[in-house]
Amino acid sequence: ALVQFQLTVPVAVVFAPGSVPGDLPRPLPFRDVQEMEIPLNLRTSVMSRYEIIYRSTTAQEDVALRAATAQEADAALHPLQDALLGSLTTYVVPETSSLLPQGINIYVGKHRSALVRAGGGLATLHTCLQQLTQVMSFTSSSIAAALSDRVPDGQLGSDARRHLKSSLGYEITFSLLNPDPKSHTVDWDIEDAVNRYVQPVLDKLSLVANFSVDSQILYYAVLGVTPRFDKESSSFLLSTHSLPHVINPVEARLGSSAASLYPVLNFLLYVPERSHTPLYIQDKDGAPVSTNAFHSPRWGGIMVYNVETPASPQSSLPLHVDVDMVRVMEVFLAQLRLLFGLSREELPAEFLMESPGNEVLADWELDRLLWAHTIENIATVSTTLTSLAQLLDKIGNIVIKDNVASEVYRAVASAQSAMAKLAAGHLHSAFQASKEAVTSSERAFFDPSLLHLLYFPDDQKFAIYIPLFLPVAVPILLSLAKIVRETRQRKKEPIKMD
Amino acid sequence: FQDQAEQFFRSGHTNNWAVLVCTSRFWFNYRHVANTLSVYRSVKRLGIPDSHIVLMLADDMACNPRNPKPATVFSHKNMELNVYGDDVEVDYRSYEVTVENFLRVLTGRIPPSTPRSKRLLSDDRSNILIYMTGHGGNGFLKFQDSEEITNVELADAFEQMWQKRRYNELLFIIDTCQGASMYERFYSPNIMALASSQVGEDSLSHQPDLGIGVHLMDRYTFYVLEFLEEIHPASQTNMNDLFQVCPKSLCVSTPGHRTDLFQRDPQDVLITDFFGSVRKVEITSETVSLESNLAGFESK
Repeated sequence: ALVQFQLTVPVAVVFAPGSVPGDLPRPLPFRDVQEMEIPLNLRTSVMSRYEIIYRSTTAQEDVALRAATAQEADAALHPLQDALLGSLTTYVVPETSSLLPQGINIYVGKHRSALVRAGGGLATLHTCLQQLTQVMSFTSSSIAAALSDRVPDGQLGSDARRHLKSSLGYEITFSLLNPDPKSHTVDWDIEDAVNRYVQPVLDKLSLVANFSVDSQILYYAVLGVTPRFDKESSSFLLSTHSLPHVINPVEARLGSSAASLYPVLNFLLYVPERSHTPLYIQDKDGAPVSTNAFHSPRWGGIMVYNVETPASPQSSLPLHVDVDMVRVMEVFLAQLRLLFGLSREELPAEFLMESPGNEVLADWELDRLLWAHTIENIATVSTTLTSLAQLLDKIGNIVIKDNVASEVYRAVASAQSAMAKLAAGHLHSAFQASKEAVTSSERAFFDPSLLHLLYFPDDQKFAIYIPLFLPVAVPILLSLAKIVRETRQRKKEPIKMD
Repeated sequence: FQDQAEQFFRSGHTNNWAVLVCTSRFWFNYRHVANTLSVYRSVKRLGIPDSHIVLMLADDMACNPRNPKPATVFSHKNMELNVYGDDVEVDYRSYEVTVENFLRVLTGRIPPSTPRSKRLLSDDRSNILIYMTGHGGNGFLKFQDSEEITNVELADAFEQMWQKRRYNELLFIIDTCQGASMYERFYSPNIMALASSQVGEDSLSHQPDLGIGVHLMDRYTFYVLEFLEEIHPASQTNMNDLFQVCPKSLCVSTPGHRTDLFQRDPQDVLITDFFGSVRKVEITSETVSLESNLAGFESK
């Protein structure tokens, strides 16, 4: 089925006093619309539409922009915006402003605003705007990746199929692996760490999906690979090409909740045995990896936590180890970002991006996720319902129960509403509608009553009934023929007798 | 090393599943259970965990009153290898192995009360291995002596899977009489199929064990297993080698295969793409920076 998306991004360009370029086509405030087609294929088309309002700052925004650093300005500007999901606000500051450090022309905040240094006229401003929207909302490659089901392989980048698929919920499991409990007694305050560092991030992501977190400790769980001893650094090394085989022996023991069907993200913390300490992961060039961690797309991540050997060799075993949860969570949360597809891309030199700190995600990164997931959901609904329609065409006598029918109607209505809201620029409600559409369409498609086995195609009906009725039909037809012949003869006879 | 990296990305899958089905019951069909359990062991050895294997067996061999060695199922006449072992996880056993349940597992149209271990939770990046064994004929496969699945139904089930993108690539192996007839009707993309015999030929069993009193394995699976014993998770053996397994001189029947629906060249397909679970990994080079907020008490 042909699906045509129109993605509308509301953008506001706010000029601080002294930053208005000389070549504006109209006096402030005015509106402008820029449209761009993202080419995909014959069955799918995406049109991105930027509705831009150009205006000057309000008095409160002026006060905020007089802050000492860009960070403070960003924090002060945040409560002044209407904070609509999916929108962008760009503040243009004068060329001479000291808000942006030397050499930096564009500053991307951790909410939904950016600061741009004026200078160069409208054309430069438009280029900056284009770059900003690419970073803060969506790019053609992120759209193509979200539609990977409908787009042929060749068009996608190599990282297109690594991100987690859009799902209604995810299960996160933190596991501590202690292969050598005789030497190490490992304590990790996981509950505290989750409440402090992980839960705030999951609360922010709760817009996207439901998350559940659990944790476990596994003893005598060994990695599948024996590390090599390196004399130069007197440490043990795991090379990159042995990493894929590390996960499998452990996976059997990880387990998952029997009741939920959500995808599971596993984060493993491995404390190497005393005989293999310290253990480092080598990258392609042979250098030890700074994080000592690696991750696998759509699965999770593993981090190796080395215990310092105690100063006195006579200290009694087992050694007590208190895990530094901050260091561990810094890596696990970075891996969580990467699994969702939020990575720090290489930006040009004149960009400065604010780090989200303990929030882990900037608001515009959440928007990027929502854009991708909304589009993916709508595309999935379209594919699912088309396939269901094809199934019904093939098996003419399939029975559609009332609840299946109502789910289909609901899915169609929600999908249409989601498309309309995307075109109007309401990202949040578009995403909610797309979630409802996916839930309904999945429920309709996977209804147990739609198994094609339960409905016989016509040729099978003939194959069953003909051997039963044909032999019985033969004598019946023959006797019918005999009766007809006799009746005809009797009709002729009276003529003879005359 | 660069070539290895290239091949890694060519396969495009992130997880592996296996659906292993033994469609026979009764003591004299011992070899079918042994076939399935041997494939199960190999697949587990090469890395696919139980949570990603759906094993359907009648499971009436190990504790059968006619079994002279109770709680064991052997695959070789010298009783070298007990394929039943300690950690077999059978998901559908005994009378649950029906055509309906099999098709429900494949298409995902399962009642909501089914537990996670009985479901095939594959996605568009899953490579699935489907292995079936039992008694079959031209265009059908017998399930538990009471019903049949036809090749048309199987092809339709795969098409339903493809429509919902429940697999990336699928490898279908069947070890029954006239096995090639079962893959004749496939029409969905990315399916590769292997069968132990052509239409009109019977698949034969390997050797009887005089101690147990039945034939222990079928020839095709026996030689496939010998081949798989040499595969380890890092091996680079490709599918072309699997096609050569069990020539007519050893197997008496002619094994067949079908690759026209498969996009990649069998030369580029590693055995471990389907039988093992070799994951793509990336080094984590980024971290977030967290401030440890000392709220209330000292945290360390």
